Amino acid sequence: MAKVTIDGVEMEVPDGTTILNAARSVGGDIVPPAMCYYSKLEGSGGKCRTCLVKVSQGSTNDPRPMPKLVPSCRTTVMDGMVVENITSPEVLEARKGVVEFLLINHPLDCPICDQAGECDLQNLGYKHGAAATRYEEERRTYKKIDIGDKIKLHMDRCILCYRCTYVADQVADGDRCHGIINRGDHAEISTYIEKAIDSDFSGNMIDVCPVGALTDKTARFGSRVWFTKPMDAHRDCDNPKCSGKVVVWQKGEDILRVTGRKDAYHEVDEFICNTCRFEKKKASDWVIEGPRHINNKSVISANHYEHLKDIKEDVEKYQRQVASNINKA
Amino acid sequence: MGRKLLLEHINVPGIETLEVYRKMGGYSAAEKAIKTMQPDDITEEVKKSGLRGRGGAGFPAGMKWSFIDKKSEKPRYLVCNADESEPGTFKDRYLMEKIPHSLIEGMLVSSFALGAKTSYIYIRGEYFYVLRILEKAIEEAYAAGLLGKNIFGTDYSLDVHVQIGAGAYICGEETALLESLEGKRGNPRMKPPFPAISGLYASPTVVNNVETIAAVPHIINITGDEYAKIGVGRSTGTKLISASGHINKPGTYEIELGLTVEEFIYSDEYCGGIKGGRKIKAMIAGGSSVPILPAHLITKTANGEDRLMTYESLSDGGFVSGTMLGSGGFVIMDETACIVRHTWTLARFYHHESCGQCSPCREGTGWMEKVLHRIEHGHGSMKDIDLLVDIAKKIEGNTICPLGDASAWPIASAIRHFREEFEYHILHPEKVKDPKHFAHEPFVSSKLENV
Repeated sequence: MAKVTIDGVEMEVPDGTTILNAARSVGGDIVPPAMCYYSKLEGSGGKCRTCLVKVSQGSTNDPRPMPKLVPSCRTTVMDGMVVENITSPEVLEARKGVVEFLLINHPLDCPICDQAGECDLQNLGYKHGAAATRYEEERRTYKKIDIGDKIKLHMDRCILCYRCTYVADQVADGDRCHGIINRGDHAEISTYIEKAIDSDFSGNMIDVCPVGALTDKTARFGSRVWFTKPMDAHRDCDNPKCSGKVVVWQKGEDILRVTGRKDAYHEVDEFICNTCRFEKKKASDWVIEGPRHINNKSVISANHYEHLKDIKEDVEKYQRQVASNINKA
Repeated sequence: MGRKLLLEHINVPGIETLEVYRKMGGYSAAEKAIKTMQPDDITEEVKKSGLRGRGGAGFPAGMKWSFIDKKSEKPRYLVCNADESEPGTFKDRYLMEKIPHSLIEGMLVSSFALGAKTSYIYIRGEYFYVLRILEKAIEEAYAAGLLGKNIFGTDYSLDVHVQIGAGAYICGEETALLESLEGKRGNPRMKPPFPAISGLYASPTVVNNVETIAAVPHIINITGDEYAKIGVGRSTGTKLISASGHINKPGTYEIELGLTVEEFIYSDEYCGGIKGGRKIKAMIAGGSSVPILPAHLITKTANGEDRLMTYESLSDGGFVSGTMLGSGGFVIMDETACIVRHTWTLARFYHHESCGQCSPCREGTGWMEKVLHRIEHGHGSMKDIDLLVDIAKKIEGNTICPLGDASAWPIASAIRHFREEFEYHILHPEKVKDPKHFAHEPFVSSKLENV
């Protein structure tokens, strides 16, 4: 076990844990944002640089600070390590820079993007980004392409987190035909010469995509996310590798969309198969368990069920504040 | 005349053949090492010599060798980094082209020291003709029993393979090189683990520059202590410098580290002074990635000492008034050169060569290039200069591999030292709008006149 301090919060985690996962074990504001790391995908992480943190003390044995900011998703903790995340102005400055870099070529077409409302980049931008861009040049654009008959690739929005390529490698069995072509800011994810992705688990690429680059063709433009109700549901799936545990997104009784169950860090608990995701769109296909608690902080978490309590408190607090202001005046 | 080791026999006719190379004393170091020395003794000699990596970072070679994981049961590999792509650097090409056997002998000694049974030379795609030369030399070495099984009658065996890259700058980064060598996309790996623990095929690996490896037989020949006597302080031995730009005698020179920069530029033995007797304006000391220096900081450091061709003296003053020895790509610009255009050219290069893996470098290099393009072509505004400084600051240190830093340093330093020239471009768009201009009307910097 290793004792590590992140932003003044002490915790004890098993050796070999990354700083990010150590922070997640406690949760709250000390957790660095992560756009490319995905705990269920081996080898992911280290690329987006949003989770950079400062290590102000390497370990008890070697207390020297690390010379550069380190990606917390790929740096393992040492006993006695002291990490600064939101308490370090240097980290916040670097993170602001990264968010700006991620957004300069992003179309910012949130009003017409299906991911809006549950988009990691949107959340990141609200939290760490600047109000206006300093980028004056033309943004890079690509043609929208279909990868397979169920997935739409909108490369303009991609932030090259590589998650979907890891899904293609590790989750979706079959020939490896999805990867990165070209390099630098011309790099794009693509299937091998637009070959269709043919695998029962390819749909998970949509779930792991942090932005709206990969969207579900059976659900695109169906509804804004925040107008649909997320409900936990399950069915007996024939596929032995699929648990059949999903979230169905309903509008009235209609099921508009099916996704995996995502945790507070927007990672799915279990990968689901394409049959569950794309073909079972009738309420009768599913056993509906009840409303899904959306942990991930976003607009969709603001108006559903459990959060009504928080909102009530917020409103009351606001009312008290207004009242006291009036009294003062 | 400075002491020559690597290029001592460069002018001997036929030195590229094994016969002549052996006649000039070639492979005697390899024979001595393999027959009479223990691998650890060789590493010890290299440590004593103080030899530092000649690829750019200047990390002590002996130290790097000693990090190799000896407990691992996996095979060990030596990989020679011949992906010499740094703009302004052409020393490895010269060495491999003229004396290919010096590299092969170095590979033999180094592989023996590391216990590697298979070694690779990863050469850049553009050096296709050098590949042919190396392959021919390796064939000769195999035929003479200098490579292959039971070298010099001992039980040591070594295979050397040459692998050609496809001409990507990023593959000169050691972990991207290993990825490429494994047949994958040339993306740098996250470190740790370092190659010494898990490198090629997840086995302990040492990656060294051509010049570093070629220096090892000389260290064995003259002993590490003797080698350490050449040079100044922690900058020991001789170094190949590729000199180019506005000088009378561009070319590859071998210098003893510790030579003054002034002598290197102006003596007839080396660069032979500035072309046309014009004034010097700027210097890049170690390949395009290192900070550019203005005239008044070239021959003297900020505190008035003579600047020497050593790792320490060139970096004296940090990035405020210093630079780096880097890979030895020595570029001189005279007063006719346009620093903005030069900086834009470099930015274009880094934009083109960024692998696109991590966001600051992928997006930042392109952004800087676009802003510089704007300034260079007379469409810039004053806030663009600060914007560039800010972008460079946000890339630097925040990327997976040093390419991000390499793209930020030249731009940040150009603005630091030549800010008024950037301002000139913004204030006088009519003078720089001709897209064909290479050097716009001689821009006389006030700094230049003070020299």
